[in-house]
Amino acid sequence: MSTLVIDNLSIGLPEGADRRFAVKDMDMAIEMGQITCVVGESGSGKSMTANALMGLLPPGVTVEAGKAVFNGEDVLSLPEARKQALRGAEIAMIFQEPMTALNPLMRIGEQISEVFAAHDLYTPSQRREKALHLIREVGLPDPEKIIRAYPFQLSGGQRQRAMIAMALALEPKLLIADEPTTALDVTTQAQILKLILDLRDKHGMAVMFITHDFGVVAEIADHVIVMREGKVVERGRAAEVLGNPQHDYTKRLLDAIPTGKLPKARPPRDVPALEIRGLRKIYRTGGGLFKPVREVRAVDDVSLTVARGEVLGLVGESGSGKSTLGRTAVRLVTPDGGQVMVGGTDLAALSDEELRKERHKVQMVFQDPYASLNPRQRIMGALTAGPITNGVPRAKAQERARELLEIVGLGAEAATRYPHEFSGGQRQRIGIARALAMDPELIIADEAVSALDVSIQAQVLDLLRDLRERFDLSILFITHDLRVAAQLCDRIAVMQKGKLVEIGTVHDIFLSPQQAYTRQLLAAVPGADWAKENVDA
Amino acid sequence: MDILIAILSRVAKAAVTLLAIAVLNFFLLHAAPGDPAVVLAGEAGAADEQMIAQLRERFGLDQPFYLQLGKYVWGIVQFDLGYSFRQGMPVSQLIAERLPATLLLTMTAFFISLGLGIWLGVAASARVGKASDSLLTTLALLFYATPLYWAALMAVLVFSVWLGWLPAFGFETVGADYTGMARILDIGRHLVLPAMTLGLFFMAVYMRMTRASMLEVSQLDFVKTAKAKGLGGAAIRRRHILRNAILPVVTLAGLQAGQLVGGAVLTETVFAWPGIGRLMFESLAARDYNTILGVFIVSAAMVILFNVITDIVYRIVDPRIGARA
Amino acid sequence: MWKRFSSNIGAMVGVVLLLAVIVIAVIAPMLYPGGPWQMVQRPFLPPFAQDAYPFGTDTLGRNVAAQLAYGAQVSLLVGLVSTLVALLIGVPLGALAGFYGGMVDEGAMRFTEFFQTIPNFALAIVLVAIFQPNLTSIILAIAIVSWPPVARLVRAEVMSVRKREFVDAATLAGLSKPRILVTQVLPNTVSPIIVMASLMVATAILLESSLSFLGLGDPNAMSWGYMIGAARTVIRSAWWLSFFPGVAIIITVLALNLIGEGLNDALNPHLSRKGRA
Repeated sequence: MSTLVIDNLSIGLPEGADRRFAVKDMDMAIEMGQITCVVGESGSGKSMTANALMGLLPPGVTVEAGKAVFNGEDVLSLPEARKQALRGAEIAMIFQEPMTALNPLMRIGEQISEVFAAHDLYTPSQRREKALHLIREVGLPDPEKIIRAYPFQLSGGQRQRAMIAMALALEPKLLIADEPTTALDVTTQAQILKLILDLRDKHGMAVMFITHDFGVVAEIADHVIVMREGKVVERGRAAEVLGNPQHDYTKRLLDAIPTGKLPKARPPRDVPALEIRGLRKIYRTGGGLFKPVREVRAVDDVSLTVARGEVLGLVGESGSGKSTLGRTAVRLVTPDGGQVMVGGTDLAALSDEELRKERHKVQMVFQDPYASLNPRQRIMGALTAGPITNGVPRAKAQERARELLEIVGLGAEAATRYPHEFSGGQRQRIGIARALAMDPELIIADEAVSALDVSIQAQVLDLLRDLRERFDLSILFITHDLRVAAQLCDRIAVMQKGKLVEIGTVHDIFLSPQQAYTRQLLAAVPGADWAKENVDA
Repeated sequence: MDILIAILSRVAKAAVTLLAIAVLNFFLLHAAPGDPAVVLAGEAGAADEQMIAQLRERFGLDQPFYLQLGKYVWGIVQFDLGYSFRQGMPVSQLIAERLPATLLLTMTAFFISLGLGIWLGVAASARVGKASDSLLTTLALLFYATPLYWAALMAVLVFSVWLGWLPAFGFETVGADYTGMARILDIGRHLVLPAMTLGLFFMAVYMRMTRASMLEVSQLDFVKTAKAKGLGGAAIRRRHILRNAILPVVTLAGLQAGQLVGGAVLTETVFAWPGIGRLMFESLAARDYNTILGVFIVSAAMVILFNVITDIVYRIVDPRIGARA
Repeated sequence: MWKRFSSNIGAMVGVVLLLAVIVIAVIAPMLYPGGPWQMVQRPFLPPFAQDAYPFGTDTLGRNVAAQLAYGAQVSLLVGLVSTLVALLIGVPLGALAGFYGGMVDEGAMRFTEFFQTIPNFALAIVLVAIFQPNLTSIILAIAIVSWPPVARLVRAEVMSVRKREFVDAATLAGLSKPRILVTQVLPNTVSPIIVMASLMVATAILLESSLSFLGLGDPNAMSWGYMIGAARTVIRSAWWLSFFPGVAIIITVLALNLIGEGLNDALNPHLSRKGRA
């Protein structure tokens, strides 16, 4: 039986938007007790659909046509008072950003009890009892303490659990989850997914789960709906869509997803491009008059080598120290100890002035395509500033810049434009060209594809693969995503809490991991089993 | 315990700032053109040779510079702000007599403007895009552009001269010798116009700030969460938006307190309000630098007091602060 | 950007008003070659009584209209120059504090906080009183009490821009720190500085008029605040002597505030970021 039936839904965008409709002529049904995943890339209209159901559309965005029948009434055309009564009681929602979705000035217990208060249910002491019960149910430790805690005292995963507790408070018939695990680490993500599955089994509610990640789909979906630019392109049972996709777009998305398919192993090389020996970086916080000093060993005695022409993946969860390691290796951060040997020079030991002259040897490709280019500088300026500072004649630097823009697939005319004229993926290409312009001995790519949609991610990975062949690049590829690492890297190093846990070839790490933490990470990768089946097939 | 330490360290910091202002005061006194002794004597007609020699000795002007500085600052620590030759009494005594009137005026104006400002700001933010919002924001913009002293003069013209509703100047009716409740009411009647005109500008500031802050907070994710819970618009505004939006307004109010004290000079001048602002104006005409600087340091102390209070309020309201560092 | 600004009605009203004030200030010597101090008629001539003196005459029989026109010169001059001086102090200090951090930041911010704590109007009074009232001391006094917010704003902006990845990229390109600050970071802080500057001109005009009202104006320059101050004692008999200069101040300050708000909406559009989601 269907809990919710959406019929011919169209959502209009305000004037001046890049298209007329966020969602056009959309139909879907969410079945009782089942999890329906709505999958799509950014701009597909998947979140707009969810917000429309909750009456949470941003100003200017309106439902222009269609019905969404829930409990026999069309939730889109209900009067506001009735919608308000439905929200939280019959239909509940959880959001992507656990860090900002909770009121920072209100205790967790208060925020949960508020759901009851909003619907005029129970006495204050009953509400407290129920809140405690919910906190226990979503697996938060020490409920008596959590109920009095403020959001900033909780981790991201704990906050998301608190959000889920709120959503479940009144046993809604429909739970809408809008990318609820996207902002979380893989291991936390796995726990939250499991929690949602368990709760669904226990309470039997319907779940509309919005995600961009087919791995997550493989983990939890009963039904799948694939959306693109406001339209449904494919739908069906999860196993069918994943195993036998019909629509081209779905196929492309699935192809783009880094799977367990491992590239052929390359023969190891032994001329080092980068040698890190005993690297240490400690962050100290606090240490005021009355506060004790807190030490965080961000990088704790790490040694590793990237051979010339090799791509080494550096994998870990947030807080593992992988980014600090990368930033220390380029000396954006000065280490507290150890050596960073590049081409015979120890970057860690140079003075600021000497370092400026050696900077060109190691370059970096950054994570955020929107922050990594100066909005007030033309692309040409971004690509030539470095070489010119290093003594390359202006004309030659400009010629090289145009050539590189061709190579990364943008065309030489891109040089005269400003960053805001490019999309995220194009900006990452510019970032890569900028790194190459310095003729570095090593490139450090710090989450270079993490901010991109899957299909764009695949294109940028293809480019990197192509470039490494062409220029025999040495790359330290930092990522939180094991699947991505498997696509590009020769070897993988796993970090946890500042320490190097394990390092080995991709085959070793994936097929015979030695350390418990590596195995845990691999197991947490969403869709891991499904990916393996794919390899076997 | 933590909060006590925080308050103590905040007060210690305030004391250091006050000392620094004392040092600045000393340099200003010496920066005035001409012989400091002559400056000190002012143009009170008392600048004969013997007097100046006395002054030199009394203020140690024949001593090395750093000793003079030390002596001056030490004097201020003991509430010795020098002597007003013009008025024939110690500056600290002059100020002490006038301070209550200024405190009454600025505190009243502060709470009226903050209360009304926040209330109107919330009201405007709830009606964004509607005519009432436009009217409120336009009025705020107008008040924001109006010179305090001009508003005061116009208020006198309208409410005292033309309508005859309220007294035009003074702290109370001279010669009426009211006592008890009658006196309080009389002072209250005299207070209305000065407090309203002083508060008008700041009300506009707080209203604009509250409105902007409310609108900004209403964009945040947790407001969406609150809506998803099924809370109504009014409850969301009160429980979620206002609580978060008011923090920056409180901080701003603390910072603006300095301007309020400065504005009191203008208001008190127009209304002949017997406070330290009026004292400063009178001393300007008389070039009584000791008194001017005395008023200056006392008003700085008032501002610091306002700041300490708002800091402590902030610390109590925002749970994150204690744990953040 | 210009399109967004010009479609803002308030901002365009502000531009028109400000242009009018500027034109009046510029052509004042042509309109009233005798200057603002010349006695032209009997004292206390009410407004609109004679076409030649639409705003009447003052206590000494001087033309109020001429005084208003010359007053515009002083207001605009003081507002502009003192804002420029305040920017010259605040921008470098804030930029260095935000960019270098650490002890530089600590020192610069303590210094700024100290100045921010001092009640600014009281400090301006003290400074002008001690250094004798003239245009230079007034401009400097206003600049000295106005720069702390600039320093804080620039520091905050620089700190946020400094954390963006393109600054890291410039470091890796081997650019020196001062060059990164000037060519990469500062250009990205210009918009909020422009907005703040336009609002500061308005505040400076209010400050100047307040100083003049208290008798701390330049004795050789006719200013709106001075006019109101001089007419304060005769408010019962000659309301227009206080009224019109006040209206002139309100119009000018309002115009600048409207422009500042329009610039703010045009340069820092909150909505444009959402277009991406």
